[in-house]
Amino acid sequence: MHPAFSVIFFTVASGAGFGLFSLLFIADVFKLGGGFSREQLVIGGLIALGLIVFGLLSSTFHLANPKNAWRAFNRFRTSWLSREGVFAVIFMPLALIYLVSIWFDAPTWLRDTSGFLAAILAWITVFSTGMIYACLKTIRQWNSPLVPANYLALGYASGSLLLLLGAVVSGLETLPYIAMSALIMAIAAVLKAIYYFWIGSPGLSPTINTATGLTRAKVKLLDTGHTHGTFLTEEFGFQIARQKAGLLKVVVFVLGFALPGLMLVWVFNQHGGEMAAIVAVVAGLVGASVERWLFFAEARHVVNLYHGAQRC
Amino acid sequence: MRLGLVVDLDVCVGCHACAIACKEWNASGTIGPLTDYQPYGAEPSGVWFNRIRSYEMDEYPNNKTINFPMSCMHCEDAACVTVCPTGASYKRPEDGIVLIDQDKCMGCNYCSWACPYGARELDRSSGTMKKCTLCVDRIYDQELPIEERQPACVLTCPAHARMFGDFDDPDSAVSRTVRERSGYGLMPELNYSPTNQYLPPRSKPVIPIGPKPKGGLKESIKQFANKLVRR
Repeated sequence: MHPAFSVIFFTVASGAGFGLFSLLFIADVFKLGGGFSREQLVIGGLIALGLIVFGLLSSTFHLANPKNAWRAFNRFRTSWLSREGVFAVIFMPLALIYLVSIWFDAPTWLRDTSGFLAAILAWITVFSTGMIYACLKTIRQWNSPLVPANYLALGYASGSLLLLLGAVVSGLETLPYIAMSALIMAIAAVLKAIYYFWIGSPGLSPTINTATGLTRAKVKLLDTGHTHGTFLTEEFGFQIARQKAGLLKVVVFVLGFALPGLMLVWVFNQHGGEMAAIVAVVAGLVGASVERWLFFAEARHVVNLYHGAQRC
Repeated sequence: MRLGLVVDLDVCVGCHACAIACKEWNASGTIGPLTDYQPYGAEPSGVWFNRIRSYEMDEYPNNKTINFPMSCMHCEDAACVTVCPTGASYKRPEDGIVLIDQDKCMGCNYCSWACPYGARELDRSSGTMKKCTLCVDRIYDQELPIEERQPACVLTCPAHARMFGDFDDPDSAVSRTVRERSGYGLMPELNYSPTNQYLPPRSKPVIPIGPKPKGGLKESIKQFANKLVRR
């Protein structure tokens, strides 16, 4: 699949935003590390909302006809893309109610209820983002429950690193934030490793024989029928060399998980403090972006069978 | 009604006439234009609803070239319609034709991701997705003589490799042909239940490729004599 940068930025930014918001709510409820102040909570919440809004806006850049984007809320009952949009839009007012009730010291029940519902919707929205890809039977590398699991785990991992930075900057006790981040990052790394292992073997997948129905003998492509590229070759023809993909997987694990993990240790040992937390956030987000690019680059659509691939 | 096409892989000669006729009709039809990019340039490309590819089955000397026209299969379980967020893609309940409402499409490409057959192509100039309409603006046209109320690709095929009809009617020509010739749908393992069916190439005896004996009366008498002498 052709990796579109607007979609990569969208999924990484909004995933981190939704993750940060949910974890901020948890930090607020349990007063982790002494608890953020009113201003700090609102600033953190606005940063999360900013990431989400920028992400959603950038996702409209890959539309060829953005003037019809408002219609995307129409097919909630069948389309995961539509569901994602609807859930993100329901999330917004709840998140704002939560932040407003923090700012104006509203009754606890309102603050906790709106925060809880917003956190649940954040989870559902990121799940829907993953399901946009996971529901496609045409792409073996995506049609897996590990995809929404990866989207959720990575979103929360990036969010937890941002929250840790917030805790360091705010001078809170960092231990609970380090523990939370370490746990989520470990889960995300393990899920990603299982995913890479899983897509490594083809399993039961369509072949050029089932695609053409000529199952009694070897089939090979003689002519694609077009002289230059087509929409199909532009959109689905992208292929990444196995070696390059392997190298990028190392980058994902080093930048996305190992380096932030090391920085967690530094923050724990009081080395560097803020600087270490910033490095953790940047490395985590860059790692997540490389992971997302690879997620698209490694996906092989079955239409490639008609263009000569023996199996997808 | 369940309208669709039958493509006879045994007969198709790969002349691309169906693709040209399709482009000609639809470029000026309800879904047109079908934009071309750099039609006379170094990298010609553009929107087509019908594409013909050629494959080779088996290996020499048993190999056979198979020309393979493909357009929208008008699947019964059309995932392209399910995933469409705007409701621009829809399947008509009355005849099963899958269409795209050009006024609603936002060009997100998601339907093309869901289609295993590569039937959908984005038109970069209009920013909308386009696909085979089964010539819906032709097959119901009361102005046309009844024998011309067929998709352009079917009408134009010089080899009669394409048929159009109703698969819900067990006695229609398409249903009977598919039954008799063991027609099949493509990539059945994805469970999209494509309506269009393909007729497999017939098995033919292998043509011998050794040196042929020279014909003629003189030659046969010689051979007969040689046989006698050898005995």
